[in-house]
Amino acid sequence: MKSSSLKNVQKHHSDRHHSHPDMEEMRTFGFWIYLMTDIMIFGTFFATYIVLHNNTNGGPGPADLFELSGVIVSTFILLTSSYTCGLAVLALNKGKKQALIGWLAVTALLGAVFIGLEINEFAHMVHEGATMSRSAFLSAFYTLVGTHGLHVTVGLVWMIALMVQLSVKGITPVTKRKVNIISLFWHFLDVVWIFVFTVVYLMGVK
Amino acid sequence: MKVPKKLRWLATLSMLIFMLLISTGCTEKIIVLNPKGPIAEHQRDLMLISTVLCCIVIIPVLILTAIIVWRYRDKAGRKASYSPNWAHSTKLELIWWGIPIAIIATLAVITVRSTYALEPSKPLKASVKPITVQVTSLNWKWLFQYPEQGIATVNELKIPQGVPIRFEITADSPMNSFWIPQLGGQMYAMSGMAMTLYLQADEQGKFWGSGANFTGTDFAKMYFDVDSVGQDQFDQWVSKIKSDSPVLTLDGYKQLVEPSTLQARSYSSFPEGLFEMTVTKYASSHNHGMSHKDMLDMSTSDDHDSTHGEMPGMDMSH
Amino acid sequence: MLEHIKSFASGFFVTGDPMIYGADVSILLTILAVLFTLTYFKKWRWLWKEWLTSVDHKKIGIMYILSAFLMLFRGGVDALLMRAQLAMPNSNLLQPDHYNEIFTTHGVIMILFMAMPFMFGLFNVIVPLQIGARDVAFPFLNSLSFWLFFAGAMLFNLSFVIGGSPDAGWLAYPPYSELMYNPGVGQDFYIWGIQISGIGSLMTGINFIATILKMRAPGIKLMKMPLFPWSVLSSCIAIIFSFPILTATLALLFLDRYAGAHFFTLDGGGNPMMYINLIWMWGHPEVYIIVLPAFGIFSEIVSTFSRKKLFGYHSMVYAMMIISILSFLVWAHHFFTMGSGADVNSFFALTTMLIAIPTGVKVFNWLFTMFRGRITVRTPMLWTIGFIPCFIVGGLTGVLLSVAPADFQFHNSYFLIAHFHQVIIGGVVFGYFAGLYYWWPKMFGFTLNEHIGKWAFWFWNIGFYVCFMPQYVLGLMGMTRRVVSYSWDKGWWPLNLVSTIGAGLMGIAFLFQAWQIFHGIKHYRKNRDTTGDPWNGRTLEWSIPSPAPHYNFAVVPQVSELDDWWEEKQRREHNPYVPPAKEIIEPIHMPKNSGIPILMAGFWFMAGFGFVFHWLWLTVPGLAGVAICMLAHSFNDDSDYYIPIEEIKETEAAIRKVTTS
Repeated sequence: MKSSSLKNVQKHHSDRHHSHPDMEEMRTFGFWIYLMTDIMIFGTFFATYIVLHNNTNGGPGPADLFELSGVIVSTFILLTSSYTCGLAVLALNKGKKQALIGWLAVTALLGAVFIGLEINEFAHMVHEGATMSRSAFLSAFYTLVGTHGLHVTVGLVWMIALMVQLSVKGITPVTKRKVNIISLFWHFLDVVWIFVFTVVYLMGVK
Repeated sequence: MKVPKKLRWLATLSMLIFMLLISTGCTEKIIVLNPKGPIAEHQRDLMLISTVLCCIVIIPVLILTAIIVWRYRDKAGRKASYSPNWAHSTKLELIWWGIPIAIIATLAVITVRSTYALEPSKPLKASVKPITVQVTSLNWKWLFQYPEQGIATVNELKIPQGVPIRFEITADSPMNSFWIPQLGGQMYAMSGMAMTLYLQADEQGKFWGSGANFTGTDFAKMYFDVDSVGQDQFDQWVSKIKSDSPVLTLDGYKQLVEPSTLQARSYSSFPEGLFEMTVTKYASSHNHGMSHKDMLDMSTSDDHDSTHGEMPGMDMSH
Repeated sequence: MLEHIKSFASGFFVTGDPMIYGADVSILLTILAVLFTLTYFKKWRWLWKEWLTSVDHKKIGIMYILSAFLMLFRGGVDALLMRAQLAMPNSNLLQPDHYNEIFTTHGVIMILFMAMPFMFGLFNVIVPLQIGARDVAFPFLNSLSFWLFFAGAMLFNLSFVIGGSPDAGWLAYPPYSELMYNPGVGQDFYIWGIQISGIGSLMTGINFIATILKMRAPGIKLMKMPLFPWSVLSSCIAIIFSFPILTATLALLFLDRYAGAHFFTLDGGGNPMMYINLIWMWGHPEVYIIVLPAFGIFSEIVSTFSRKKLFGYHSMVYAMMIISILSFLVWAHHFFTMGSGADVNSFFALTTMLIAIPTGVKVFNWLFTMFRGRITVRTPMLWTIGFIPCFIVGGLTGVLLSVAPADFQFHNSYFLIAHFHQVIIGGVVFGYFAGLYYWWPKMFGFTLNEHIGKWAFWFWNIGFYVCFMPQYVLGLMGMTRRVVSYSWDKGWWPLNLVSTIGAGLMGIAFLFQAWQIFHGIKHYRKNRDTTGDPWNGRTLEWSIPSPAPHYNFAVVPQVSELDDWWEEKQRREHNPYVPPAKEIIEPIHMPKNSGIPILMAGFWFMAGFGFVFHWLWLTVPGLAGVAICMLAHSFNDDSDYYIPIEEIKETEAAIRKVTTS
């Protein structure tokens, strides 16, 4: 099974120069297009948040709810995870499987901490009565930040699955492409978070 | 090709019937093209101008299409030329990028001008002071309040001829659209905000209006009569309502809001600031449309008007 | 216990109207008949292996088109019911709430579950063949797209028998679509039906952009690509930027209804106008998404049946791209009457008018392709010729609607209804029919009866004018859309009656088409397309046998110019003694079939149904199933195989035997 798939891959590479385009390159290209659609989704949620962020319906507003110090810690953690994800790709390019898996694990761990902090923040807010149904502002807040959190969570599951695949199959063109794609995804979520941090938190507490 | 010919006959026949239907007594029912006020008239003219402008291109193109299809059909011994590789001509292509650009440019100028001229919230030029009618879309009827006269009606709108009417439109229902085709175009009725629409009737007569935006089960029953009458008649009508009709109380309004259909009816007075209350009920939690403060300002100034002229009348009805 | 079940069932199943019971029974009988037939002829295995799990773009395309026809039938029945109701004043045929459901489902089904799959079907069957590819870029994703569409469509249609149909109009404007005014589950079926199929559409958009940009055969530079793939590209670009907005907007509406959020509600600070803006930011590009491929189809057909190169190829390409971009800048023309002020209205009126320019250019180019051509009027060409005047007039009324102050009078009236039906039937439906007739032999390997086809066309065409021309006048008479009845005194009766007759003619036209297909299948052997090139075509898909073998091209073609196949035929004609270039056959790399897409769509269906009824016990396993399917696919390496040279040779030889016999 393993050897046949490897043979497949080699054969596959030998016929790349004519008739058939490089599958792995095309998949990466497809993922870029997917990222554009995801930008549109986040863009819609950002627009919604900007339109609705003053509609607090007499409930708590951004300045009442956000604690910047906690968010800065979260931001730092996510930025670090982006860095470790970059280290994972460096390890990939050097062909070091163990280092690659290790850095991915660190990245996933940091991502998990980020999600943990976010859940904690949400739970805290809900506890104070700032639920989604309290006001349009809070609906938009939970949706925007929660969608980002959901993306990070999906990324975590994916990353774990990828670590398993790497340890079983090693670095092949397929797993290599997968690592590259998840690092794209991870950096993308980092960029989105920077916007969330600026638009929601920084501009909120001002 | 036997079949299509037969069917072409059928097509001609059906078109003939269609023309006949139009020409026999339906024309005056085409009310949008039969305006009774300055706004609707301007809009009618605009429709006609833009149609004519577009037809300058479209009719020749339709004729050209027929000629080309006929002339270049494949047929033994036809005389028309055949040049299978002729696929580009900068000159020709410039012409047909140019023609639509020219037409659209002309139309664009007309459109922008008239968009500003016909902006619904712009007061109409007139020698007389406009009267205000506050319109509320309810499920499934219209409530008209005349703050200056202190009366209210349901599904019946009486207006003096030649006087600009300032409609303030809101909804205590899903979004609706307030439309009196013979007086002018429509305006959305939305909760939490008061839209302004100026209309005027130049002639006396009976027209009708409707809710043009779907609001649920009995939305199709939201037609209302519009009666344009002379100023004297209008004043008589107002004083008759003041003396004969019941009072609209807050509870009465709450009943009106409940989904139902109603015949036309009238009220000799309504709770003070009812319209503003309806608007602010939904607007208080928003930052769009009118702010709370604007609304308060508006209602106090309106109160001002009504206290001067109408207070005694309202007292009498008690 | 029994009482409990009874009370549940009376809310769960739609009851009350004898017409609905009748429909229920006929649906049940149809399903039973299909199940019986499959079992009796022992076709289950074949169905699963050859179709349901297939990743072959041609088969997926056919499944799309088949579904589109089913949905056309349902949407058409909805339309006929509406017209029957409006044929007489004060009619009581349908109750208002029932009527509201019907116009809602008619709109949603026709646009999202008829036009979209029809379009995707044509994309699938033709694009890879025209660009010399062996499949789309992501065959697995393609199959998943289809099954998601199918699951969404079925979920939406299920509301007919379970829970009740949505009744808030095809775009479900809040606040009417919010819980406050619309507490039933119909609106939730709407959200999840569209949401699930919308994800499929989004993925198809991604798939075809990658296919067209990355999978072209050697020599097909972008500017040597036939116009249909160009139109697909422009349409897919609009898809990837607009469908995410739809996904996000429906998600927000869902949160309002499910989690008590306040995005579009009247209370809590919500803003319904935001929904109207967002939904049209998707909705307007959407109409161009469906019409652009029709433009591509017409371009192919006009050129083939005029036996002449397409006039102004470059202009055509630029025009489509401009339309694709402009379509994102016009959304507010759907609500000039919202009181946004003269500045905003002027801007959107101007952008709307701008679209008329590239569209007009396209019409001129089609005309001048026919000019000095040699026109043969076969059915595909007949639809194209029918399209041109229809679309010109529809374009005219579109420009009239864009004149913002005049739109205050047209808005929400039957004038608007007539306009968009004219561009959507005259443009989109005529276009897809033209494409279907044109490529039918390539899909199925036999031609359809021209005679019946012409009857179908004339009934459609005449029926269309009889139905919709009166509606323009009705709009000017003040008749607003979505009214369930009207009184005698409005004077609307005669024209409404004429309009209903026209709708009936189009219904008959559909029967002609059904007959034509049935007839074609019955006389399949007699009408076999043995040449692979029945229309004397110009593009690559006609260079291979009909139907195409599953690997499409035994040898990947080398292309040197636009209309390569036509030029090749010219060369052979001029110089018949030059032997064709020696073709070296190599093993072909193909994707393997997979059962995961259909399974995953099934899980989405479960999750969606659970969301509709707030049944977490169904939603959670549904979503878990989706996740497991994704992981299973990710861990599966055994996703492709090679077709050995011998097998290709055998297949090719067998095809040639058929074609020469």
